[in-house]
Amino acid sequence: MTGKRTMNNYEPVIGLEVHVELNTKSKMFCRCSADYFGKEPNTHTCPVCLGLPGALPYINQSAIEDCIKIGLALNCSVSPISRFERKNYFYPDLSKGYQISQYRWPLCINGQLTLDNGQVIRINRVHQEEDTGKLFHQEGQTLIDFNRSGVPLVEIVTEPDFRDVEAVRDYAKKLQQLFRYLGVSNADMERGDMRLEANVSVRKVKSQKSKVKNTSQNLKVEEELPPYRVELKNINSFRFMVAAIEYEIKRQIEALEKGEKLSQETRGWNGDKKCTYVQRSKEEAHDYRYFPEPDLPELRIEESRVKSLESSMPELPWSKNKRFEEEFKLSTAQAKILTETEELADYFEGLVELGGKEGIDAVKIANYVINQKIGAGTSVEEVLGKIKAKGEGVIGDERELEKLAQEAISENEKAVADYKSGKEAALQVLIGGVMRLSKGKADTSKLKPILEKLLKVVT
Amino acid sequence: MQNSKLQVKNQNLTGLTLIETLRGLKEKIFSEEELNKAYLNKIAKLNPKLNAFLKIEKNSRGIPAAIKDCILTKGIKTTAGSKILSNFVPPYNATVIEKLLEQKVNVIGKTNCDEFTMGSSGENSAYGPTKNPWDLNKVPGGSSSGSAAAVAADLCTFALGTDTGGSIRQPASLCGVVGLRPSYGRVSRYGTIAMASSFDQIGPLTKSVEDAALVLEWISGGDNYDSNCRKEKFTMQPGKLRGGIKGLKVGVPKEFFSQGLEGGVEKIIRDAIKKLEEMGAEIIEVSLPSCEYAMAAYYILVPSEISSNYARYDGIRFGNTRENFGDEVKRRIMLGTFALSTGYYDDYFAKAARVRTLIRQDFQKAFGPSTGSGCDVIVGPVSPTTAWNLGEKVIDPLAMYMADIYTVPGNLAGIPGLSVPCGFSKGLPVGLQILGKQWDEETILQVGYAYEQATSRRKEKPKLSF
Repeated sequence: MTGKRTMNNYEPVIGLEVHVELNTKSKMFCRCSADYFGKEPNTHTCPVCLGLPGALPYINQSAIEDCIKIGLALNCSVSPISRFERKNYFYPDLSKGYQISQYRWPLCINGQLTLDNGQVIRINRVHQEEDTGKLFHQEGQTLIDFNRSGVPLVEIVTEPDFRDVEAVRDYAKKLQQLFRYLGVSNADMERGDMRLEANVSVRKVKSQKSKVKNTSQNLKVEEELPPYRVELKNINSFRFMVAAIEYEIKRQIEALEKGEKLSQETRGWNGDKKCTYVQRSKEEAHDYRYFPEPDLPELRIEESRVKSLESSMPELPWSKNKRFEEEFKLSTAQAKILTETEELADYFEGLVELGGKEGIDAVKIANYVINQKIGAGTSVEEVLGKIKAKGEGVIGDERELEKLAQEAISENEKAVADYKSGKEAALQVLIGGVMRLSKGKADTSKLKPILEKLLKVVT
Repeated sequence: MQNSKLQVKNQNLTGLTLIETLRGLKEKIFSEEELNKAYLNKIAKLNPKLNAFLKIEKNSRGIPAAIKDCILTKGIKTTAGSKILSNFVPPYNATVIEKLLEQKVNVIGKTNCDEFTMGSSGENSAYGPTKNPWDLNKVPGGSSSGSAAAVAADLCTFALGTDTGGSIRQPASLCGVVGLRPSYGRVSRYGTIAMASSFDQIGPLTKSVEDAALVLEWISGGDNYDSNCRKEKFTMQPGKLRGGIKGLKVGVPKEFFSQGLEGGVEKIIRDAIKKLEEMGAEIIEVSLPSCEYAMAAYYILVPSEISSNYARYDGIRFGNTRENFGDEVKRRIMLGTFALSTGYYDDYFAKAARVRTLIRQDFQKAFGPSTGSGCDVIVGPVSPTTAWNLGEKVIDPLAMYMADIYTVPGNLAGIPGLSVPCGFSKGLPVGLQILGKQWDEETILQVGYAYEQATSRRKEKPKLSF
């Protein structure tokens, strides 16, 4: 990220809006199939999603349940009564001339998510809405495909709590992982299942130490927000989003330093020129004229329904991560790798269960699975057999291990530098290095403290 | 008619009520072919003068019904009286049409209406005004102008209309037919072109109160497409229609006899109320104080919904650009856009929505047995005047809006209302409005039926000697 030194006493203030398309069978307000990707244009349509005269929306309850699950996973409270509203604007891909969304009365509110760095990001809302159609520009013509029109979307909005780009990346990755764990979306950025929008501004850091690393949940002293914000939109990968935010922070600081006044605007990312550009200025901002959707009654959610959804939820990735650390004595980094997908986590637990009966401990299995990049499909017996065979020639001698570790350190300057700059995960690279040098025979349980000790003296 | 043997000559087929027609068909006194032919002949003769139908469907089977042109009919052009939809042939049927088809009802034609149902005289139709069968120089009322005129002139067994602020009851009153606006949510709106989604209801215009009850039974009930529609069908309890009105409490709101009410109309309404009293009803004076603000609230909320509902006619689809909207539609789109914009929402939309709640509470109080007056129904005039001259109010939108002053409060409250012919003022029909509790169409039909049977009003037909 933009180094602290170049920030010149400025700090970024970033809020994130994430849209995720649900993988429900049917669309949000009609019975058309929501599985539109790669389908013949305008074949998954009906009067409702085409916005024909006389058509009316009818709520897809399974989308509502997915939205509630996301809300619950993010520690939101579920509103017993919420409402749909109409967001009015003209665009050719918007068949009705308005999007059915939620505004004043969202389904889920006041949540939070804790990041790897300990920071708590406050979630303002998790609400339900519908997607638009898609425009194709070809040969000087614009064509509209309404297959995507009305596909359920959930929008997750944070408070402007991010103070660095790394936190944004971690948050977005965590959400993606959550959607996949919950099975509510494939959350594929390239396909547009998951879309990120960032609101970025910068401000002078107050004399008092800023709250960048504030880990406590109650940010009691609300700092004043900058008088403008730049909305970064239509960015379809994590990498581009990070690049765009970094660019934007730098651009804004430079502008402020020059005494320029920044204003509300929407900017996009030019991947070729690697810069952001204005898409819509403040003057061109829409007045969406939100008002309660008169075609739909209030959305009432019984507490019993929330309870039953809550009990149907899988163990969340961060809980699983923590449990793996505690139950299997894994490092944070190891637990993180093994819980990346629910499939791998389940597979690992299967190995541990069976391995336990044969006296193979969980850490050994974790090391093997991570180092050998074992996929969740591999035969459990085969893997355990190999671990056992290897264990017979295991290198447990500390001096020998130290030698190997030293060698790995001198081979991996980058990992060492990363580790020094605070990336604990870099240790994994070094462990990997030792394992390679020892042909997989080093006793990893002893390796970590040895590496840590050696790294302290490396300059 | 329940005791006498049905006696009809062929030329009188079109004079029969729906109930009589069903009986005639069942007893094979005439055939569906004969029935349809009789109506089509009459339409061919009279429609060029009345302009009640925009499109005529030549069928030989089924019970011929006239359908307001804002209700979608699969494969039959549906314009809603607008140039914007001059070429729109719907790919699907409205739920009400599907339900009528199940009853062997056929669409004999699509009836003229004010453009997108916005108007009170029928004159806002892009296809020329409908004439009142009682006097061709007069308006038939609106917006269900063609449906009311078609029923009055016996061009169909019954018709469907829509009522957002009075568009069934007011033309029914001005044309001397029965018009029923059901409770909001009684009939599915799916496939009916919306004016204002939280107000619109579809209902029958008929030749008798009993016909209206039957058509409501046919078209009511949920369809899993209109989320605001009640699942249960409306059914009239056996014997209820003929139960009489002895002991029923009939509320008369003083606000419904305010300025602007024509003396001739007032006299006829007062006479009708006296008649109800003679028949055993208890007449109670009630007050609906918030109704003073009904028109103001209505003309903020309805245009607000319109401004959003009409965004889809953006010129990209449906073949015609927005220049094809008529003045009244443009006026309402602009009013609504303003009322919803940032900085005005709270002063206009939100405030009007609160007034709507107050009006609903006024009615609840009047109907409430424990807290209020305990009325079974509320009666008053439908329209402050009888039919006026064509062109008379076209240049004065406010005067036109005031034609709905007694019908709009019911729409704001979402309650059912019936217009029953109750006399003539200077040769033009006057309708008695009977409002009921939400979901209680049964009682207003019961009162309407009793009144109708006790008088000879519905037997009087326009001369049509043109």
